[in-house]
Amino acid sequence: MNLLKNFALSLVGATLVVGLWALVSTTISKDLPSPIKTWTESKVYILQPFDKRGEMDQGILRMAAYSLYRVAKGFLLAILIGTPLGFLLGNSLLLSKMFDPVIQILRPISPLAWLPLGLILFRQSEPAALFTIALCSMWPTVINTMQGVRSIPQDYLNVATVLRLSPWRRFTKVLLPATLPYMFTGYRLSLGLAWLVIVAAEMLTGTPGVGGFLWQEYNSLIYSHILLCILTIGLVGFALDRLMGIAETRLRAA
Amino acid sequence: MTRIELKNANKSYGTRQVLANINLAVQEGEFVSIVGASGSGKTTLLKMAAGMIQPDSGAALSNGEALNGFPHRASIVFQNYSLLPWLSSLENVILAVESGFPEWTATRHQEQAERYLQMVGLGKAMAKRPSQLSGGMRQRVAIARAFAVEPEILFLDEPFGALDALTRQTLQQELAQLCQLRKPAATALMITNSVDEAILLSDRILTLGRNGNRGESPAATLSDGVDVPFPRPRPADLMTGSEDAVRIRARLTGFLSSGVRRRAPVSHLQSVSVPLEA
Repeated sequence: MNLLKNFALSLVGATLVVGLWALVSTTISKDLPSPIKTWTESKVYILQPFDKRGEMDQGILRMAAYSLYRVAKGFLLAILIGTPLGFLLGNSLLLSKMFDPVIQILRPISPLAWLPLGLILFRQSEPAALFTIALCSMWPTVINTMQGVRSIPQDYLNVATVLRLSPWRRFTKVLLPATLPYMFTGYRLSLGLAWLVIVAAEMLTGTPGVGGFLWQEYNSLIYSHILLCILTIGLVGFALDRLMGIAETRLRAA
Repeated sequence: MTRIELKNANKSYGTRQVLANINLAVQEGEFVSIVGASGSGKTTLLKMAAGMIQPDSGAALSNGEALNGFPHRASIVFQNYSLLPWLSSLENVILAVESGFPEWTATRHQEQAERYLQMVGLGKAMAKRPSQLSGGMRQRVAIARAFAVEPEILFLDEPFGALDALTRQTLQQELAQLCQLRKPAATALMITNSVDEAILLSDRILTLGRNGNRGESPAATLSDGVDVPFPRPRPADLMTGSEDAVRIRARLTGFLSSGVRRRAPVSHLQSVSVPLEA
């Protein structure tokens, strides 16, 4: 019952925003396609979501899948580097004092700034995009893992001590499970960031995907497709966050 | 053989000296308790005797040899259970058995863990996680974990401190029986704030307080021991049934409060008065 009510309320909210969009498109900005125009011009992408008509003319879910695949690679790279780094920094006060300022400086750098550097380094758009995604999205993983390691209750460490666990068993049986919820919070934030970065990366490298498509359609002056891309990006990002959220709750309950 | 030994041990935290000149020797098979008010440094003393922290000066020994970390074939029961929340009760005990008997097979590890959980009456709660258990049941798991490694030395850090009076009484009895199970009996060092608990379980009781021979020293020192001559295990109604027990209690309570009365205002007395349940 409550769930139904919440759903109805969010429908009302969405309708209001679409109404505002329609209003703006008919009054303030005539260049902005109205919701109806957006639908009629985009429905071929939505109704045949996996069609491939050309390199940059593909169904929207197919485009989203390209982007998701790229994000998955970049995100994997981010957590593969970020998690051990977080453990290292969480375990060593010396290292964390050395690198914390560096991390704080690297963290706020925009993907738009990293990408050219990636292109210089790798001379190809795909690895440059992965480099950018990984570099931008790994910080929440690093910071949360570090925090998780630092906040392991002394009780659990005492257990490891009195059971005389070997370093490896101490890691797998105590440190890792105790840090897991924190790590997952980091992963969730990192995935959100990775998805945020993908659009910028694809726009600049011109690779097929939601972001690449968006930029191409802007250059071709088909504005309704920009809105289609924006909505897709939002919905996919939302779905990703929900999935990670579910995984995270399961983990915490366990 | 002296299983647990502290020689002229001192410990300070920063500039504050917590323990001064501690000498303690627990012989094989002996059950010794240390009674003291909260904040008197009991836990520090126990951790030193267990090799978990180093004394600033003096030494912690076992069988005459200096301790290097927590000793082999030893167990500890903490006041706050210290079970790993992501493991079931059975897995918690198995983890200890694996560490205690690395040469055993996995099946044998599990059998041993199950046997000890059944002994503390948790045969039906083996698959449950600590969060699904009551405080008393959690401490039972912790006790099963401690005994499942068949320890020669047992450290008990206020093992019943977080439990209600009734559960406390039951678990005291169970612990007393488990201690008798093994021949030769495990050597045990328990710290507690309950004089009655100490009398019920131990062969010898020492008090820890800022009184006694060092007079004005702010650091806690250990009193001479009081022997408890009754055979173990003892009935739960020992304190009401035996005049000797009552006399021992009076003596220990006297030890505990004399130092405090000299040093602290009367209002402070209540926080160190000894609980009289059991």
